[in-house]
Amino acid sequence: MDVIETDVVIVGAGGAGLRAAIAVAETDPSLNVALTSKVYPMRSHTVAAEGGAAAVIKDNDSLENHFNDTVTGGDWLCDQDAVDLFINEAPKELTRMEHWGCPWSREPGGHVAVRPFGGMKVERTWYAADKTGFHMLHTLFQTSLKYPSIKRFDEYYATDLLVEDGRCQGIAAIELRSGQMRAFAAKAVIIATGGAGRIFPFTTNGGINTGDGAVMAYRAGVPLKDMEFVQYHPTGLPGTGILITEGARGEGGVLINNEGYRYLQDYGLGPPDPWPRKKAMELGPRDRLSQAFWHEERAGKTVATPHGQAVHLDLRHLGEKKINERLPMVRELAHSYMGVDPVFEPIPVRPVVHYMMGGIHTDIDAATPLAGLFAAGECACVSINGANRLGSNSLTEILVFGGRAGRGAVEHVRSGGKDVDRSAVEVQAGEAQKRITALFQKPDGTETVVGLRKEMNEIMESGAGIYRSKESLEETCKTIGDLRRRYADVRLEDKSNVFNTDLVQVLELGSMLDAAHVLAHSALNREESRGSHQRLDKTERDDDSYLKHTLAHYAGEDDPRLEYLDVKITKSPPGERVYGGAAS
Amino acid sequence: MTEPTLQVEILRYRPETDQDPAFQTYTVPYRDDWVVLDALNHIKDNIDRTLSYRWSCHMAVCGSCGMMINGEPKLSCHAFLRDYYPNKIRVEPLNNFPIERDLVTVTDDFMEKLESVKPYVIPKQERAVDEGPHLQTPAQLNTFKQYTMCINCLLCYAACPQYGLTPDFVGPAALALAHRYNLDTRDAGREQRQEIAASNEGVWDCTFVGECSQVCPKSVDPAAAIQQTKIASTIDWYKALLNPWGKR
Repeated sequence: MDVIETDVVIVGAGGAGLRAAIAVAETDPSLNVALTSKVYPMRSHTVAAEGGAAAVIKDNDSLENHFNDTVTGGDWLCDQDAVDLFINEAPKELTRMEHWGCPWSREPGGHVAVRPFGGMKVERTWYAADKTGFHMLHTLFQTSLKYPSIKRFDEYYATDLLVEDGRCQGIAAIELRSGQMRAFAAKAVIIATGGAGRIFPFTTNGGINTGDGAVMAYRAGVPLKDMEFVQYHPTGLPGTGILITEGARGEGGVLINNEGYRYLQDYGLGPPDPWPRKKAMELGPRDRLSQAFWHEERAGKTVATPHGQAVHLDLRHLGEKKINERLPMVRELAHSYMGVDPVFEPIPVRPVVHYMMGGIHTDIDAATPLAGLFAAGECACVSINGANRLGSNSLTEILVFGGRAGRGAVEHVRSGGKDVDRSAVEVQAGEAQKRITALFQKPDGTETVVGLRKEMNEIMESGAGIYRSKESLEETCKTIGDLRRRYADVRLEDKSNVFNTDLVQVLELGSMLDAAHVLAHSALNREESRGSHQRLDKTERDDDSYLKHTLAHYAGEDDPRLEYLDVKITKSPPGERVYGGAAS
Repeated sequence: MTEPTLQVEILRYRPETDQDPAFQTYTVPYRDDWVVLDALNHIKDNIDRTLSYRWSCHMAVCGSCGMMINGEPKLSCHAFLRDYYPNKIRVEPLNNFPIERDLVTVTDDFMEKLESVKPYVIPKQERAVDEGPHLQTPAQLNTFKQYTMCINCLLCYAACPQYGLTPDFVGPAALALAHRYNLDTRDAGREQRQEIAASNEGVWDCTFVGECSQVCPKSVDPAAAIQQTKIASTIDWYKALLNPWGKR
């Protein structure tokens, strides 16, 4: 077994992983960083984020506004100490991105421009046209090339955390080019592997978003927090799930049903002004908008498309010039993938799974309960997103908490502690290797990746989607439980070593099933409706019982063990979420 | 009526068992809103689990899925079956790169070249975060904006005849990125980048065929970047000649 010795190993090289790597390199250039990812950094899904990143920079705004929008948007499930820290560091992190060359869109005088997003009292979203995630990812990746202490291991699929004596001391990962297992020995590990949207059938997430890193931590005994909270983005393209940014509504786009009616006014979000009013109508929060679609669909007021029901996102009144300048990618995507030119026709859209509020349980320093293990970005849950993430907070989150994870890892390495137990690393990585070898050697299983994945996708959408009930969740838990058992019999058809994507998909399916399992059980156990978690049988928020985070612990073949942790409330007691005219 | 179908001919190569790459033909359902990537995923899911290729976003921004499609470098997530139907589609790995397996190429060379042009802001003076963002007008941004749009999909390297003949050539995407930083008002690193960009393996290797700009899915126009760099380098050269002791 090859053992690669380093100081900090990072799993995932998207926005959070790259930011963490740079933070380590800047804080202590003498420490070696192994930056691993199952894809090349610029393929990471940060690349697909469109609309922008929130941070207070304008005189008409305040940190208090950002705090309140975030906490209200999260339906009071956010930890308020974390939100405070986040909003304070946000402008610094985005400024740093500016210094690193991020091509932020500008006002005529040269200042960074901002646009409004859903659920915001004042516009504060920095943007680079409608390719903000793409520009941030490439800026971070290119900047990371400056630091000789960052060594990349591209296309390494991490399978296991190596844990000895209560501390994390590395990972085992398969080098896809050779199919060989490698051990990475390090005093600190940072997981930054993004979301798990692929457990659902319709998602804005790329094929790589399978929850591997979060599940790797979960299996090593680290709890997953608040996994029942799944954000449906209200405007994805039917069929492909391709994201049409909230920026399109921030610029003035409106949503209409099959009668040409701006239906959001019927869901407490009015008045339907002809201009974009903050926190109202199309600029309401994502959970409310997706839920309104669900009701419209049941009332028969949606539009049939070859890929299911949709509503219309109308941008025509913005005019060609503004669409080209502010929303060029939206025009291109709608044109290519729907055959619709938004300058002349409305775009059919529907809610699609977009973001996991839940993830690896961390504190405000991005540290997990496992010594030496840190996590940041979508795979983590600090929590600043609560029960429903405010649009454009996630791009900022990867910077703030990616940076903190990197600095935390440096501190952990420097604070001494025991040296890495090299022999334990080798033994454990050897065991990881044996589990992979067993997949190759076992007689052909009866289950297929495709069959199990399809069943998982279907039950997650029907049983744990925008609206849930005790009944639907019980069925989901049972089905996912069955699928996990059947997974033991999954067939690996490709028995070769070099770039074996069949093997990767088998392993990814295992991660997705565990993530889905936690999600369903956490949702079943939360007998209230809050933010993105809406129960038809428990329609009210219940602060007496559930102003708490769910913590799910791995229990092998059994159902996860759930416990609860109080939400940290520092200055904003739970109140009513007010949107529409009353909010502005 | 039976469902319409389409034939896809894919260059397969598994280094552990195959002596040489060879074509294998698959029949897939034809749907007018499918892209070639959808056809590959159909094959992977339903016909042949051993087919390997890279993909992720399915929206032409992650840059993973560049391939030769009927001889032209394209993103397979952005090449629609309807543009080929009812004819057979031939899919091969990107030209000018070694094949790692099937449609997966070895791209180490590109990654090294990208790094060699120092594609990051090299400021005249470090600016503290407290000093806030720089001012940069929309006009200043527009001078380099198009060169920031590169998704590193490598279609331009696959199209470039010079890169095929002279593997040392730094190549279109990396040179365009160097130019992008040179033009950025926040940057002062042009001289450092010129060591590579203005070298023999840099812009002077380009014979201005312009294929790179033709195939670019993001309209980056690397050929223009290379031409502009040549002009700037020529001016440097004359300045140095006319005023050898002066500051460039």
